[in-house]
Amino acid sequence: MTTLPLTEFEVVYHRPDTLATITTHYCPGCTHGLIHRLIAEVIDELELRERTICVAPVGCAVFAYNYFNVDGCEAPHGRAPAMATGMKRCQPDKIVFTYQGDGDLAAIGTNEIIHAAGRGENLTVIFVNNATYGMTGGQMAPTTLVGQVTPSSPTGRDAHMVGLPMHVSEMISTLSGASYVVRRSVHNVANINKTKAAIKTAFRVQMEGLGLSMVEILSSCPTNWHMAPPDALQWIEDAMMPVFPLGDYKVTDAVMPLTKRR
Amino acid sequence: MHEEIIISGFGGQGALFAGQLLAYAGMDNGKYVTWIPSYGPEMRGGTAHCTVVISDEPIGSPMVRHPSAALTLNLPSMEKYQPLVKAGGLLLYNSSLVQSQATRADIRAVGVPANAISQEETAVLLGTHGDARLANVSMLGALIEATGLLTLEHLENALAAHLPERHRRWLGPNGLALRRGAAIAAEALGAGVPTS
Amino acid sequence: MTKDLWKGNEAMAEAAIRAGVEAYFGYPITPQTELLEYMARELPKYPGRVFLQAESELAAVNMVYGAACSGVRSMSSSSSPGISLMSEGLSYIAGTEVPAVLVDVMRGGPGLGNIQPSQSDYFQMTKSLGHGDYHALVLAPATVQEAVDMTYESFALAEKYRTVVVILADGAIGQMMEPVELPPWRQPLTEAERPDWALRGANGRPNRVLTSLNLTAEGLEESNLRLQARLAEIQQHEVRWEEEMTDDADLVLVAFGTMGRICKSVLRTARRNGLKVGLLRPITLWPFPSERLHELAGQVQRLLVVEMNAGQMLLDVQAAAAGRAPVHFYGRMGGMVPLPDEVEEQIELLMREGTTRPYAAQSSANGKLPSLPTRVSHPVEGSRHDNITTY
Repeated sequence: MTTLPLTEFEVVYHRPDTLATITTHYCPGCTHGLIHRLIAEVIDELELRERTICVAPVGCAVFAYNYFNVDGCEAPHGRAPAMATGMKRCQPDKIVFTYQGDGDLAAIGTNEIIHAAGRGENLTVIFVNNATYGMTGGQMAPTTLVGQVTPSSPTGRDAHMVGLPMHVSEMISTLSGASYVVRRSVHNVANINKTKAAIKTAFRVQMEGLGLSMVEILSSCPTNWHMAPPDALQWIEDAMMPVFPLGDYKVTDAVMPLTKRR
Repeated sequence: MHEEIIISGFGGQGALFAGQLLAYAGMDNGKYVTWIPSYGPEMRGGTAHCTVVISDEPIGSPMVRHPSAALTLNLPSMEKYQPLVKAGGLLLYNSSLVQSQATRADIRAVGVPANAISQEETAVLLGTHGDARLANVSMLGALIEATGLLTLEHLENALAAHLPERHRRWLGPNGLALRRGAAIAAEALGAGVPTS
Repeated sequence: MTKDLWKGNEAMAEAAIRAGVEAYFGYPITPQTELLEYMARELPKYPGRVFLQAESELAAVNMVYGAACSGVRSMSSSSSPGISLMSEGLSYIAGTEVPAVLVDVMRGGPGLGNIQPSQSDYFQMTKSLGHGDYHALVLAPATVQEAVDMTYESFALAEKYRTVVVILADGAIGQMMEPVELPPWRQPLTEAERPDWALRGANGRPNRVLTSLNLTAEGLEESNLRLQARLAEIQQHEVRWEEEMTDDADLVLVAFGTMGRICKSVLRTARRNGLKVGLLRPITLWPFPSERLHELAGQVQRLLVVEMNAGQMLLDVQAAAAGRAPVHFYGRMGGMVPLPDEVEEQIELLMREGTTRPYAAQSSANGKLPSLPTRVSHPVEGSRHDNITTY
């Protein structure tokens, strides 16, 4: 066996500087870690690390501030857009992003996200939709599918009792202050790449001061869905995507050129 | 000296501004003053009143149950405050709007035709009829005359200093209404000519 | 220095601007709205300062939280129902140990209550401003001048102790006008003066984290101990009160804020009538002047607590007196303000019969519980989800 000199190797893949060198607490097969990495790569590529502030939610991503090498804080449940508003208004030269789950953003924090979008706050919102409250044990979220069994909908979500799943991107896209609202998924490589491109556009929207940018990401929760990780990814495609179609819900004319840059 | 004055009328009659003017005049002349309004829904078209305390000493309570003087710009205000005025105190009422007479014998009561005075003094600037915008100030003139609290000059200076910019052209008519109110009180209380 | 006539709400806003406040977030609610309106008008005149009307008090306090984490002098103001909404955010601010200033212009409660002056947020402000073990530093102004001076000073206190400082005013202080001497201008913090914990971007330094979360019991106890040590320091250094004629007093009135100043009128009348009455007016409600009250209780025959509530500070006075003197109470609720003659009557009663007489609760005078007023509501016809289709 021969050993090649070190200079013969080319680094094709490395941990982004923005991603902290610690192990996350996420369950095996969870896609939160993957999404963290995409964000970190984008922050690196746009050279924003030294002026970025992360606002973490309450939910599975409550420790997000530990996983990024940027200044970070932790908002009360659902209030990240309000807290981020306070930061960004006082430090308009910084890049402020919130990282929120569907319980946080689509249930307890609907008021905050709607009004942040309504005002056109220059914030980037990463909205992770896994159709469940992961942290507290998989209870029904506003995004839980009809018939989906959870500890708080033990016979499956009943639309006559609790209504239909909420379509947040569609709703936010109707607000004039939101300039970039898209839904992506991380269930396979092609879609992971599309998600990264969308996150990059979302940060660029903020850099250009064009208003609120939000990327909704369909994400898996194998633990609370009681599925093996590959099955969970498949469930995103088979069950979630028909209810939450991927696509661009709002791309304003001003944002359009930014979507074409890589 | 310690006077506790309530000024009351319909919203829009200038009860609150008259109180502020009095407070300014007191403050500008080295007195301790407080002004506290009624606020909230009752401001909207209903009755508005404020309490002004002017004193030589630091003021404790800015609110009073029994004022030493009440300036009532309409009938509901007169009906409400006549019974509350301190014995020996002063009740001024707008006789342009209030037909009845004061009934208490243990207070001094003076009817001031405040709307009529105002209409006459505003007619010059407004044309034929004039309006009631100076009724509040003519009542203040009567208050100054009847109590000796401050002087008419103090009030005129306060008007000059605190009348909003957009109302500057009303400075002259305000001064006239003030003096006519004072003259009415002087005559009613038998003091002859107004002090100045 | 000349004085000018200022409305309490506007004067507090101007004092905050002069103290270098950089960010104000609020929501309209009577009787504090003039403070918000003044900020809306004046704050944008200063480059770099921020005014924003939030969608709720909940959002407002979290905007303050975000600004505070940025190391920016920030504040909000509200009135009782709005403060209830803010208690979540205030607890987070306290748990994260960042400074913030809050003005509460109290109104009558509970529930929507009314908009008249009240002191019924005393418990909430001094004991239970949110979940968890913490206290805000609570200052209670009795005059517009005092409200100005306290607001001006509150930022330095908040920054010194990294805590929430509350100016606990009421509708009367907020709405009334009094001559005021304004404090001198203080500049906002420069970038170099920002605190060393502020989140300003990890530029040339390791990244910083501000959080109230600590999942280990040991770790959370440690941060609680740090918080408590700071509160103990506040208790040691910041207790304030005012006394008048307590030296030879047989009876000492204890009242704060608007009620405190009203009791000064009572005091004068009582003294004129030859009654040996004194007044202790707590200026900080937390920390409470318990030690001084304990001393006084050993010297006087009685204490009479007067409040615009059902007897809230009363409990702190009773604890401080510790049985050394009887503690009596008189209060009015729902936005009613006890006027001097009313308190004077209670003092006479005390002198004559050794007891006060609570304001007559007519509906329960016969010893039975009063019945609730009935209201008829009309149910809405039809179900909410008649038209739902399922996937």
